Amino acid sequence: MKRIESVNDFVVKFANVNGSGSASANELFAKAILRMGVPVSPRNIFPSNIQGLPTWYEVRVSEEGHLGRRGGVDLMVAMNPQTWDADVAEVEPGGYLFYDSTRPLPPEKFRDDLTVIGMPLTAICNATYEDARQRQLFKNILYVGALSMLLGIDPQVIEALFSEQYRGKERLLESNVRALNAGREFARDHLDPVGLQVRRSDRVGNRIFVDGNSAAALGCVYGGATVAAWYPITPSSSLAEAFQKYCGKLRVEPDTGMHRFAIVQAEDEIAAIGMVVGAGWNGARAFTATSGPGVSLMTEFIGLAYFAEIPVTIIDVQRGGPSTGMPTRTQQADLLCCAYASHGDTKHVLLFPEDPHECFEHAAAALDLADRLQTPVFLMTDLDIGMNQRLCQPFAWDDARDYDRGKVMSAEQLEAGRDFGRYKDVDGDGIPWRTLPGTHPTRGSFFTRGTTRDPYARYSERGADYVYNVQRLLRKFETAAALVPQPVLRPSARGTRLGVIYFGSTAPAMDEALAALAQAGIHLDAMRLRAFPFAGGVAEFIAAHEVVFVVEQNRDAQMRTLLVNELDVSPAQLEPVLHYDGTPITARFITQAITEHVHAEASAPRRRTRQMAREPSA
Amino acid sequence: MTYLAKPRLHHPSLATNQVGYTRRDYEGKISTLCAGCGHDSISAAIVQACWELDIEPHRVAKLSGIGCSSKTPDYFLGASHGFNSVHGRMPSVLTGANLANRGLLYLGVSGDGDSASIGLGQFAHALRRGVNMVYIVENNGVYGLTKGQFSATADRGSKSKKGAINRDAPVDLVGLALQLGASYVARSFSGDKAQLVPLIKGAIGHAGAAFLDVISPCVTFNNHAGSTKSYDYVREHNDAVSRIDFISQKREITTDYAPGEVVDVAQHDGTVLRLRKLHEGYDPTDRAAAMNHVHLHQARGEVLTGLLYVDAETGDLHEALNTTATPLNALGRAELCPGAAELARLNDALR
Ligand SMILES: Cc1ncc(C[n+]2csc(CCOP(=O)(O)OP(=O)(O)O)c2C)c(N)n1
Ligand code: SF4
Repeated sequence: MKRIESVNDFVVKFANVNGSGSASANELFAKAILRMGVPVSPRNIFPSNIQGLPTWYEVRVSEEGHLGRRGGVDLMVAMNPQTWDADVAEVEPGGYLFYDSTRPLPPEKFRDDLTVIGMPLTAICNATYEDARQRQLFKNILYVGALSMLLGIDPQVIEALFSEQYRGKERLLESNVRALNAGREFARDHLDPVGLQVRRSDRVGNRIFVDGNSAAALGCVYGGATVAAWYPITPSSSLAEAFQKYCGKLRVEPDTGMHRFAIVQAEDEIAAIGMVVGAGWNGARAFTATSGPGVSLMTEFIGLAYFAEIPVTIIDVQRGGPSTGMPTRTQQADLLCCAYASHGDTKHVLLFPEDPHECFEHAAAALDLADRLQTPVFLMTDLDIGMNQRLCQPFAWDDARDYDRGKVMSAEQLEAGRDFGRYKDVDGDGIPWRTLPGTHPTRGSFFTRGTTRDPYARYSERGADYVYNVQRLLRKFETAAALVPQPVLRPSARGTRLGVIYFGSTAPAMDEALAALAQAGIHLDAMRLRAFPFAGGVAEFIAAHEVVFVVEQNRDAQMRTLLVNELDVSPAQLEPVLHYDGTPITARFITQAITEHVHAEASAPRRRTRQMAREPSA
Repeated sequence: MTYLAKPRLHHPSLATNQVGYTRRDYEGKISTLCAGCGHDSISAAIVQACWELDIEPHRVAKLSGIGCSSKTPDYFLGASHGFNSVHGRMPSVLTGANLANRGLLYLGVSGDGDSASIGLGQFAHALRRGVNMVYIVENNGVYGLTKGQFSATADRGSKSKKGAINRDAPVDLVGLALQLGASYVARSFSGDKAQLVPLIKGAIGHAGAAFLDVISPCVTFNNHAGSTKSYDYVREHNDAVSRIDFISQKREITTDYAPGEVVDVAQHDGTVLRLRKLHEGYDPTDRAAAMNHVHLHQARGEVLTGLLYVDAETGDLHEALNTTATPLNALGRAELCPGAAELARLNDALR
């Protein structure tokens, strides 16, 4: 049997039982490798349940810096008897299986092509610890200790992480270090070496390791959001909680201890968006964070905000839908419901950050755009970015940057006699001027409503007034196309007739797939979309290629639909590549799907498979 | 429907208030409601209350949901910003607006369909959060705008214009408001201006969630025999617990006091509510007793009106959230953005 041998390039997966306290031990493992200068990208795969169900933590170690999921597992830490068979099956041939050997398993439970590493974790813990909870928790630290010995992870790095975590809690620090060393000693004395190794490197650079929800929350702080209203929903709750935490640190008035922010946990998503609408109308930067079911509830208000032209920022951390779908799994399946949210003719601005760094940037940008455009702006992240820590560029802020408050007419401007028509397109960009309540005793007041009005905000049922309004809203949407983050083009090293369009959390897997495809002789020009409405270059990009793959994480090719619907492009040119089993898309999946298509085309050049969706593998 | 501008002809002899406005300055567009609609009387009472309290019209934000009642903010305080939100959701919009700028007076107007059916949840939560506002429900027991269906406040056994009998128990908004912790709870009748105007003034002076349930007959769909929200029915069954006078810091409203027990309640903004008790032993500062009293009269088929409960010591949502005195919408980058140096520190903590 040929064992997998690899330095700084492998996948470890931990299969645990939810509620067993494994999460922090697994994170410790990932962080230790990161501190050794080797890029790591971990992913939580967890159930919609607090205790008892299976949960996984997959750590990709990649000296090359690949941060997407690769697919396959080299070392499985199989701690959950319930999922044993599936976990064992997932290991690559020649890989490793680490398990608790306290109770012997029959030979048919193992695979011949794997190296099995047994450690009697339960027995050791039972002999060492009295308390049941301690027995459970230190089991996790024991396996981290053993793995660190096997893989060559510097114990001092782990101890440093412990002391950061247990600062001021000396007893906890000490007992954790003791458990770690016990695990290391056992491995040294009883286990055979493995072919996977971690070696110090310098490939992490000055990058930071953070989850997208924290990053977006911080972006809202930097972007000047003062009002947040939300209703708990996975995977967005931690965003609101992070905003609360950051505001508590960064937004307290020094002299008085009073808050320069207001956060309300609303009674539901309808109230949450209502508060954001009220605050936006009254000139505060406001946002809500939610997920698909929340967006569904918000749609009436979103239509009002669109038509009455009120700045609103909505952060949609997407999860598996429809309905309760797969609440703790990831998808990019809310595109259409957000782009056209509400009844009637509506179109909304969507932003697609690729990682936590862009979550920060785009959150601040969304607040500016909402004010500038006086309209709802959606930040479309997903569970994969939102709830997993990711290595990314450090956050950056230019102190010279000011907020774009958009066209708000001041008392002085009103006093100077500037004509004020709330819904008049004075500048030709479709964006009217607004005034804030309380501005001027006699000028500038108007009535906001969802019904049609004339350019001076007076109630109207005249068809011409309606048409003027909705045409102006379209003009505004065109204006938005130039203001939103522009697509990022990655041309292939050589001329090609193939293109690929992707966005959001697909980016890291795509980067890797592009390299793998190029190596196999398939060259693609790649365009990463960062916003809807689409920039001018998108249609040109499509037109310039015979085939453009549109890679996305939903069943119905929603981005492809948006492209076809909004741009004058031929649907036949757009080839969907769809992944939607709830796990983050892998480089392998993309590579395989595109390779198959290219080969199929080569054998039957005229055939155009409209739907390439297959049963996606994890 | 067309837009009708009200002629702004000021009679030179029109009296001005302390802030230099005439009554006319508190009016809005010409109402498009049915002639005789109770809602118009409430608008008139709001106009009078604001004028008498010397409130600058542009310092008021008036918000509503959807319905005939919710249209009324267009018909008063023309110089204020108004907001006709979506059906039943005025309370959340008002809450958000209030969070953005604590410096304005927030006036929420709603209907019984708006607040007791589709919006019951928002009604409840805005009151329990203690949003500083005047929340008026113009309660006619029917859906006026959609032409006469029963609303959730229609009494069991009452008759619709088409003759249908309402089988469901009514939602009593006053009872709910008391239970939910509203700190100023009153009920009145659109036809009783003498009672309504001081109640509105008291609500404006109140620094917390003030709720007013105003029975407001719908002349078109709910003013017939068999309705318990008709003018005649309410006049016959009205039982007032109090007559209140509102005393602003600046000017006392002189009224003719009948002999009887008088209680002064000082409110946070320095105004004083002077309650002349009509019911012996009625104590408007006792929430439990108020709830009991309301239910007792309801069981007898009486409409209890007046100031039912007030807690002048209460705080509001901003107090609970400990928000800065400067309105949040007036904070600039200097106060809000922690800056690049802080971000560098945050980056360091993430390595
Ligand atoms: C979501 C939604 N559902 C239904 C309606 C239709 N609708 C408009 S007004 C109204 C009822 C209004 O009744 P009420 O609040 O009692 O006000 P009134 O007209 O009686 O003053 C309804 C159901 C709507 N506008 N929106
Ligand atoms: S229908 Fe009823 S509630 Fe509506 S305006 Fe006419 S009288 Fe008033």
